[in-house]
Amino acid sequence: MTHPLNPFAATRYEARKARTTIMAKWGTALACLMLIAPVLWILAYIFHHAWPAFSLDYFLLNPSDKGKAGGLWGPLIGSFYLVICSLCVAVPVGVLSGIYLNEYAKENWITRAIGVGVTSLAGVPSIVHALFGLGAFVLGLLPLINRFIDDPLQRMHAGLLTASLTIAVMELPLIITSTREALSSVPKTFREACWNLGASKWQTIRTIVLPNSLGGILTGIILSVSRAAGETAPILFTGAAFSLYVPETFPEKLAPYAVSEPFLAMAYHLKIIMAEISGMPEHMKFGCAAAMILLILSVNSLSIALRMKLRNAKKW
Amino acid sequence: MSTHIEFSDVSVHYGQKRAVDRFSFKIAEHSVFAFVGPANSGKTTMLKCINRTIEFIDAAKVTGQVLLKGQDVKAIRDVYSLRRRIGMVFPLPVGLPLTVYENVAYAPRRMGVRNKAELDEIVERCLRDSVLWDEVKDRLDMLGTKLSGGQQQRLTLARALSLSPEILCLDEFSIAIDPVTTMKIEDVLMQLKEKMTIILVTNLTQQARRMADHVAFLNDSELVEWGENEAMFNRPKKEITGRYLNGEFG
Repeated sequence: MTHPLNPFAATRYEARKARTTIMAKWGTALACLMLIAPVLWILAYIFHHAWPAFSLDYFLLNPSDKGKAGGLWGPLIGSFYLVICSLCVAVPVGVLSGIYLNEYAKENWITRAIGVGVTSLAGVPSIVHALFGLGAFVLGLLPLINRFIDDPLQRMHAGLLTASLTIAVMELPLIITSTREALSSVPKTFREACWNLGASKWQTIRTIVLPNSLGGILTGIILSVSRAAGETAPILFTGAAFSLYVPETFPEKLAPYAVSEPFLAMAYHLKIIMAEISGMPEHMKFGCAAAMILLILSVNSLSIALRMKLRNAKKW
Repeated sequence: MSTHIEFSDVSVHYGQKRAVDRFSFKIAEHSVFAFVGPANSGKTTMLKCINRTIEFIDAAKVTGQVLLKGQDVKAIRDVYSLRRRIGMVFPLPVGLPLTVYENVAYAPRRMGVRNKAELDEIVERCLRDSVLWDEVKDRLDMLGTKLSGGQQQRLTLARALSLSPEILCLDEFSIAIDPVTTMKIEDVLMQLKEKMTIILVTNLTQQARRMADHVAFLNDSELVEWGENEAMFNRPKKEITGRYLNGEFG
């Protein structure tokens, strides 16, 4: 029913529509606030308590006195090498299998089953990955390699290699999934146009599909890095150590760990100083946590920046 | 004139669905052969059988023989060499996400042409033949995907010409192009006929009438009839052909 004099007056129905619109807007905004507020609170709390620990030495010196003094150099560089080594395995395997599944494999139940398998692998708890790593790499792979090494002093132990392999297995699902998504976002018509011109499948992938999906693939890789750097469980049994001599002089300090020896890592260091050392100063615990957050946030911002840059360069 | 392409009892099924039903016809060298017919009559599927891109569709099953100068295309070992001999233009304009120049140079590069002067020559010739040169000659380094729809369609045509194919298949090449430019392209095509055989799939029966030496009428996955242009338009053997070509049924 319109108003007899003013045709623009709101009807009862329209008034209700306006009310629900406002309610929907503020309701969703409230949910968003409930998401952001705890995050900000946690960050503020941690950085407030960590502040006394922060100095240049804190990042450049090795931990001493069971982590009660000194800095974080050893764990930081350990996490760095852990990430690099795991990527050396996970990126080629993940990206190439993503390419196979998306570009070559026929769409049938086997492909779908593999897809489901990959997605489920992403949901496997990290402690299960840890046990898998222990069984497959520490108890399986190492004795196999050591059989060929005669000198007992040269034999391999659980260390960077086994931990990196375990982390790599964890990174694979994310890398495979993001690769597949990035590849399938390139329109099929581009591929058909190339095939019609006599380009082979690989030429088409190399010249058209990959260059235009690189952004998505890189984003997936970087996100998997930030996850890998923060995981404790998978390195628990597979190579991480706490009390370890790390050289304090350059240049040995830059590459302190052999692949066959245990190493320090941020996540494991934090776990030990939080839970197992008595009399640990508060600022050392919070300092370590804050350093890890900074590390992961910077990796994530790198990924966001990269995505924005590549999105601006979108070519169609 | 000798036969260039021959379809001998070719059928295509997508799973249970029949897309092409026992096509048999011959296309003479250096002629223009037009296929007309309503949507879903198997025109595009038929073209895909010629350059074997039908093989990329998992569900498609092809029976019968497609002969290229007497040779069964299925027996050609190097499928890429087959596709290089056949230029394809499909109805939706597809500019590859590369520069205009690289779009046209794409296929020659994949064939191993490295010489810059040679590539320059190919790019200019193909863009001229597709009546696009004057519009893009000053911005060859612009992205092909940023061109207008009609320009991208001509870019697709230029790309198809870049390997100097012996057969040029045009599937509704002019739907996004204005009538004046279409006429110019038709003029060029009539000249290109000296060098290649042209297969034209079109919804514009007048275009078929203007250009084609032979016309085939397809309906509901069947090849209803084919023959010389003049005979098909004036004395079709079947009533339905005459009605379609004269625009009385669609």
